[in-house]
Amino acid sequence: MKQMNWKELPHAGTILKAGNANEYKTGSWRSLKPRWIEENCIQCLFCWIYCPDSAVMVKDEKMTGFDYDHCKGCGVCAMECPGKKGSKAIVMEEEGK
Amino acid sequence: MSTTQEKPMTLKSLSHKQDLLSGGHRMCSGCGAPTIVRQVLLAIDEPVVIANATGCLEVSTCLFPYTAWRVPWMHSAFENAAATASGIETMYRSLRKQGKLKKEMKFIAFGGDGGTYDIGFQALSGAMERGHQLLYICYDNGAYMNTGIQRSSATPFGADTTTQPAGSKIQGKTQRRKDLTRIMAAHNVAYAAQASPHNWKDLMTKVKKALATNGPAYMGIVAPCNRGWRTQTNDSILLSRLAVDTCYWPLYEVEGGKWTINYDPKDKKKPVTEWLKPQGRFKHLFAPGNEGLLERFQKYVDQDWESLKKLQEMSKS
Repeated sequence: MKQMNWKELPHAGTILKAGNANEYKTGSWRSLKPRWIEENCIQCLFCWIYCPDSAVMVKDEKMTGFDYDHCKGCGVCAMECPGKKGSKAIVMEEEGK
Repeated sequence: MSTTQEKPMTLKSLSHKQDLLSGGHRMCSGCGAPTIVRQVLLAIDEPVVIANATGCLEVSTCLFPYTAWRVPWMHSAFENAAATASGIETMYRSLRKQGKLKKEMKFIAFGGDGGTYDIGFQALSGAMERGHQLLYICYDNGAYMNTGIQRSSATPFGADTTTQPAGSKIQGKTQRRKDLTRIMAAHNVAYAAQASPHNWKDLMTKVKKALATNGPAYMGIVAPCNRGWRTQTNDSILLSRLAVDTCYWPLYEVEGGKWTINYDPKDKKKPVTEWLKPQGRFKHLFAPGNEGLLERFQKYVDQDWESLKKLQEMSKS
């Protein structure tokens, strides 16, 4: 984002664009990357409700993948994933492999 | 986006709502607090205004010129989130009276345990006593995590912090933690409750209930912090579940003087060591010679749990 000088700053330092942190990518923090294995997914959406970074994408009541621009790779989703018959639908893999 | 009002609360129905906390905030990887905020905001159908005390949540969700909040949000100082929310709510009531505002709105103040138990305590107590229509939510990670894990009055007994480190003289915090939810209940607020993010349904139901009272309400929510608790980044939900299963953090609510335990593990109640063991801040308690401290921790948890059950029994009618 372009640096603003004092004349350009909004009054009292308010931020007028709600949720613009979305433009800031925190995906580069990640050292582990979640991988979604669709055939093991029971669409419980636990990954979505527990994600601290709003980085689990859901469309029409179904998990559709990860927002890697914002996912920090904490692994909470993989930990809480019940999977199907003992096989997790989310696994954490080392980034860059 | 909200078309879910009439349907029962399921994750599928909730997933139609827009997330009111965007990604791209700078909370640590695996932090419990943003999960709590997302769940709280998903529970609300009305327009909502947030006041935020200084703390991790405040500094990391609002780094100028970015904000992760998709709702009106205000921060003024460390100690006055409750007073700020009181002011906003009072202005709202005045504008309603003057006919300048038609919509029904809700008001929430968020604070960490430092901004709630210690620094913001008098502002919170005042707001609750004056009876403002606001919900104060404390995400309790048990220390001043934002500034580097200093002890707060919410820090559990025996926890290692940078201001009460475990060493040769003391074994972490020497005092018991303050039970703020009970202190809030003693203010005779409309609603006081404890919740945990692992049980999203209970948490969201409580938020809805608290806001529906249209009176002062308080919620304490356990918020695992992997930096301060010295745990992994992926176990925040696991640890919040264990906190409840060991009765360290019982889920209960106080509504008009009636105490209700929302989850009683009964014979499945786990020893508190199961919650302590994965946390590096309690590592020293497991060293030889410190068995007495572990016993004391368990005794404190059992005492609180038994007295909570008595309160539930006594207020039954």
